Amino acid sequence: MARTHITAVVNGDETEFLAEDGTSLLNALRDEVGLTGAKEGCGTGDCGACSVMIDEKVTTSCLVFAPEVQGATILTVEGLADSGELHPLQQCFLEGAALQCGICTPGFLIAAKALLDKNPDPTETEIRYALAGNLCRCTGYDKIVRAVQEAAREMRGQ
Amino acid sequence: MKYIAPSSVEEATSLLSTSPSAQVFAGATDVVPQLRAGRSAPELLVDLKKIEELVAIAKDDDKWTVGAAAPTANLTEDEAFSGEFPGLSEAAGLIGSDQIQNRSSLGGNLCNGSPAADSVPAMVVNGARAVIAGPNGTRVLDVAEVVTGPGQTSLEADEFIVEFELDRMPARSGDAYLRMIPRTEMDIAVVGAGARVTLAEDGSIEEAVVALGAVAPTVVRVPDAEAALVGGTADDETLSAVAEAASGVCNPIDDKRGTVAYRKQVAGVLAKRAVLIAIERAEQRNGSK
Repeated sequence: MARTHITAVVNGDETEFLAEDGTSLLNALRDEVGLTGAKEGCGTGDCGACSVMIDEKVTTSCLVFAPEVQGATILTVEGLADSGELHPLQQCFLEGAALQCGICTPGFLIAAKALLDKNPDPTETEIRYALAGNLCRCTGYDKIVRAVQEAAREMRGQ
Repeated sequence: MKYIAPSSVEEATSLLSTSPSAQVFAGATDVVPQLRAGRSAPELLVDLKKIEELVAIAKDDDKWTVGAAAPTANLTEDEAFSGEFPGLSEAAGLIGSDQIQNRSSLGGNLCNGSPAADSVPAMVVNGARAVIAGPNGTRVLDVAEVVTGPGQTSLEADEFIVEFELDRMPARSGDAYLRMIPRTEMDIAVVGAGARVTLAEDGSIEEAVVALGAVAPTVVRVPDAEAALVGGTADDETLSAVAEAASGVCNPIDDKRGTVAYRKQVAGVLAKRAVLIAIERAEQRNGSK
């Protein structure tokens, strides 16, 4: 099967990779680009473990065909930290123990970043709705919600 | 599978008429799960999102035009649109998570043909029309005429919806959409109910449209409820007639989401509530558009 040559900005770097047209962006990121942060939970857009941002919009990369991102800008969980320093969301998830097995965490971090980009001071209800597309099967969501609240406070400089 | 993203409607229609095994898509939020389940195996994937008209949202003095592939998030975030059609905006906003909202579209929600599609009753009550492109140009069809059964549409294999047209909301008019799910988010309608009313200057109901989702193979209008409302007010007796008519048109299935009896009952309750919200919104829209 012929593969398409795709050029996109991934986590700030101009990136080229080859992918078959029917391949999901998720599989292309994992298998061709070597970014394994985004995970496949369901493969049908229900669980959010594969969440990435494409042109600043959060979406499930399992539902995106790789050639769709030709020329796009993509952010995965690997792009959150800045020169080795964790993003406030990552730091707060870590300190607040907002994870157990960690499979869902990259998706939660990206979805939470998408929320805070639009709304730096969300209510608990807004956080819960914004994270409704991310499933965690280990534990409840309270620590995750509190970590997002704490990160939002830090990012607002409070 | 080969992927192609045409940049014009003409390019897309010519691709479809020369490729017997082509699948058009916008957000692919329904298409990918169907591919993965082995329910379809197209040779060509035609991405409609790079065609300008397909993703545009615009209005003029007479109507709104909403691209069939425009992400529903763009619609719900459009304050002018959401202010004028709050019911349709809320219905579109109920489809999936934020991740899905950045990909899902009115065209996809309609053409997927699910009886439970949230945006469809809301489009139907607002008299939305689909502009359909095909090899011989475009034709216009009421949204209510597009879906013919679960997963089935009246579109030919080489046709696709370019955009939806909605006449501007008149004064003293309002729309609403409510759905019943057993949780607060991320579920498929057990019942959906849309309503749109226009009030006369004396406050009585001049026009009413009620449509239900998830209670029949396609979205259904409730003519007896509409007739009960027109010319009067939404008093208790009228609302009981609305509920009875709504329950009466249901032809639902029993499944894990709800039984036939439950769906009929809930359809009546939701239809009443949707009518009341539409009236309240109509009362607030006394001025011009």
